[in-house]
Amino acid sequence: MVKALREEVKRLFEEKKVDLVIGWGKGSIPMTATPIFIRKAEDAEHLIWDETCSNNLAVYLTKDKRQLVKTNQKIGIVVKGCDGRSLVLYAVENQIKRENLVIIGVPCSGVIDKKKVLKQTAGKEVISARFEENRMTVEGRGFKTEIEKSEVLSHSCRNCNHPNAPVYDIFIGEPVKTESVGDVYPEVEAFEKLDSEARWKDMVESYSKCIRCYACRNVCPSCYCTECFVDQNDPQWIGKSPEITDTLIFHLGRNLHVAGRCVECGACERACPADIDLLKLNRKISKEILERFNFTAGLDINEKPAMASFCENEKQDFIMG
Amino acid sequence: MIKGNLVQETKKKKDWQPKILAILCNWCSYAGADLAGVSRIQYPPNIRVLRVPCSGRVDPMFIMKSLQNGFDGVLVSGCHPGDCHYLSGNFNARRKFAVLKPLLEYVGIEAERVQFSWVSAGEGERFAEVVTKITNDVYKVGPAKRLVKGVVSW
Repeated sequence: MVKALREEVKRLFEEKKVDLVIGWGKGSIPMTATPIFIRKAEDAEHLIWDETCSNNLAVYLTKDKRQLVKTNQKIGIVVKGCDGRSLVLYAVENQIKRENLVIIGVPCSGVIDKKKVLKQTAGKEVISARFEENRMTVEGRGFKTEIEKSEVLSHSCRNCNHPNAPVYDIFIGEPVKTESVGDVYPEVEAFEKLDSEARWKDMVESYSKCIRCYACRNVCPSCYCTECFVDQNDPQWIGKSPEITDTLIFHLGRNLHVAGRCVECGACERACPADIDLLKLNRKISKEILERFNFTAGLDINEKPAMASFCENEKQDFIMG
Repeated sequence: MIKGNLVQETKKKKDWQPKILAILCNWCSYAGADLAGVSRIQYPPNIRVLRVPCSGRVDPMFIMKSLQNGFDGVLVSGCHPGDCHYLSGNFNARRKFAVLKPLLEYVGIEAERVQFSWVSAGEGERFAEVVTKITNDVYKVGPAKRLVKGVVSW
């Protein structure tokens, strides 16, 4: 698989089809992959593709004030299902030119969340990790354990309905067969069943851990405003106090800004240093938008985003009768 | 609808009165409120009106911020679908509210606090009904405690 990927990228450079390829390389610490920017055919040797490649590489096209896209170079990008959906979102929102991209799809069966592995080893440092089919072996000083891959799978990868990029130019290997995962939002539904008091308590408990580092925003592929509403001073939307209300309004505001645009790649959750279940809100919105408007973000390049379109006769049960 | 009775009733209870922000669109609901006024229709005096050019102008952030700053409830009212002065402002607003309302409920804000309605310029009577309903609803759930900005507790 990795060999095929490297050869494909090498071929792209030799045929001069790309000026730059963004992919994953081996990270300097175990269980991490690092984004790499390849500009020469021989550097394709550094590419990898495995369970540790969790970064959503699409962000590099829009972050840093879209500098990379503005140069108009041909960019090759290696994508999982969710990253591919981000690219579709960018195309829909006119952030990229589709013809300037060479999308290289890879089959994804879920990436791991390093924080979850560290929980399994009780915080002990992992020196080496090896992956087999459904298991991983981690080794550290004085211990060696085997962990089921499903236990350390990133939260977003559970109930994933879109493991392959919806739009691609080249696909490495065979696309992962999409099995119907049934109920897509079981956690959301379970949470909805609690009473309002319990829900509020749970929210306060989990979100008071937030240290407002804004890592979730910085890593989010859908958050690419030149000036974010949290950074605005006039009007100041978000108070700077450590109170739960400011924190919650930040998270609610951010979630509403990515409503109908979130591809649920889970990058926010993996980046969160406070280990908050951030997808809880995103998934609620995705569920609501799917049920009401029958829309899922980042699947169809010709479909208008849910929050930028409307239908005259849609359901309005929430309006006072 | 109990209109007048509620005014009497709430006057008796001197303990607490709900404070409700009514965000009204300039072309329909604001005129509807005006009509209710000039027709001398009685409704609870618990709303503070904020006039906006269109319900599409209402950012969900306005609603969250007003709850944070101490309003017990927020009412957003615009033109009926199809009657928007700007043709599609209220359709866009409806999409925003369709997501905002369940989301606020989901995090534990009582459903009664944030409500939406369509009131046209000719519906003074209806405006009074809508205000009475939200006042009653908010009165039942009591003063807002969640999301309200208080003193920082370290």
